[in-house]
Amino acid sequence: MVPAKDSGDVDVLVAPDQIGPAKSDILVETKGLTKAFAHNIVVDRVELQVHRREIFGLIGPNGAGKSTLIKMLTTLLPPTSGDASVVGCDLRRNAKGIRAQIGYVPQLLSADGALTGYENLLLSARLYLVPRRDRESRIREALEMTGLVDSADRLAQHYSGGMLRRLEIAQSTLHRPTLLIMDEPTVGLDPVARDTVWDHVRNLNARFGITILITSHVMAEIDALCHRVGILHRGRLEKVGTPADLKAEIGPEATLDDVFIRIAGKDPEATGDYGNIREARKSENQHA
Amino acid sequence: MPRSLLSHIDNYCTQIYAVSDAEIRKLRHDPTELLTRAIQPMIWLLLFGEVMAQVRGLASGDGRYLDFLAPGILAQSILFAAIFYGIAAIWERDLGVLHRYMVSPAPRSALVLGKAISSAARGLSQALMVYLLAALLGISIRTDPLDLVAVAGLIALGSGLFSTFSLIIACMVKTRERFMGIGQVLTMPIFFASNAIYPIDIMPRWLKAISLANPLTYQVDALRALMLVGGTSKYGLATDSAVLAVITSFLVMIAARIYPRLTT
Repeated sequence: MVPAKDSGDVDVLVAPDQIGPAKSDILVETKGLTKAFAHNIVVDRVELQVHRREIFGLIGPNGAGKSTLIKMLTTLLPPTSGDASVVGCDLRRNAKGIRAQIGYVPQLLSADGALTGYENLLLSARLYLVPRRDRESRIREALEMTGLVDSADRLAQHYSGGMLRRLEIAQSTLHRPTLLIMDEPTVGLDPVARDTVWDHVRNLNARFGITILITSHVMAEIDALCHRVGILHRGRLEKVGTPADLKAEIGPEATLDDVFIRIAGKDPEATGDYGNIREARKSENQHA
Repeated sequence: MPRSLLSHIDNYCTQIYAVSDAEIRKLRHDPTELLTRAIQPMIWLLLFGEVMAQVRGLASGDGRYLDFLAPGILAQSILFAAIFYGIAAIWERDLGVLHRYMVSPAPRSALVLGKAISSAARGLSQALMVYLLAALLGISIRTDPLDLVAVAGLIALGSGLFSTFSLIIACMVKTRERFMGIGQVLTMPIFFASNAIYPIDIMPRWLKAISLANPLTYQVDALRALMLVGGTSKYGLATDSAVLAVITSFLVMIAARIYPRLTT
């Protein structure tokens, strides 16, 4: 069960439109990125770097600021202070440039249940201005890659949780983004559905060279999937490294869970608030 | 560079169409809402209209009250359907669907216009119902194609105006509970402080002033001229459509600015 983590350039196909303005090998770089709500600092001076073509996992307890950090990077939330550059575009000056080049799978259900799978994809293809002549072939290809060909004309509200997630990933990658950002993509999924989602993510990374930034609190998944991991705790990015390095720091038999507990365990109060739990539960219900 | 300008316009239209087409497809999948929404104008025309027709002095001039009422009820049913857009926007936000729109590179004004246009499609289906009903009640309706096209244009404009207004309110209040309350508080005055069900001339002065600032008044005024045989416009069709167009553009600009706030 060793995951394919081919970091080499062999076997990596890069679609021509992936070579965008971002020429550097650092796709995400934040400098002192901070978000505060009223009296509450949720993301605290984060210095994050995500390299081209890696799968980067962001882990942390509920309420650590993962979703808020992600929302800033996807231009949904303006930062309170600090700067960031995403896919070569400045977060404050060129939000539109970022939006055109990233794909985002939010934690909450984002496919429209009142539309069919095909219609959801068509909506995304148009919003992202996939060239008209390529639209049908891209949608076809996305349906095939996510195994949704047979359900393309069914309303998404009749999809299973795993199918919905795959549809959302397909919607977020139709425009061949340079960077795919996923917030807790396996919350509420059964183990089989989880595996298919992760396989798909791996595939996107290996086949198309898409850089992936993912949040999760399932350590085993992050361990198996990610090239590098960052641990967020109380809004601070406490540690960054490869899963192997982080584990080695603790001890020979350590798991990523141990690393996590070592950092998050410092603070038994960090269990998130009502809003957080409500959000997580809500998305579970919707995907159940 | 006319070439790049053209492709910009083309892209912008594609993104507007993406939103409105998705909304219209949803209506096609489940048209029950369109049918149930036809009940309200029916109640107003059949119950309210038939009784109030007995009251002298309500219809202006020598016209029948039902004739006078029909365009007002058409405008009202469009207003009520359009106000629903705010709740739909909050609903989309709570579900997470809104995030998908907001992370896309589509300009916010394209998203707002897309919603406004889909609301126009909804308004047109309402109009069809009211026209059928009016024909059944023996109201003398104009069927000249030019008049019908003009009515369609007015309805599209009115739907766009009120749905965008509703979207702005939704962006400010953000929760369904608050919107429900405010939605009621807003639609009733817009409806009653207008010329929809009685002429402005019989209003007290202060109410007359409010009605003259109410876009619904201008929509109804134009509808009366274009919908009824022998109908006339009080303010002139040019004024009516200019007022509606200016207010709609203004609202679209505001909505495009504050729509992204709904995600936070």
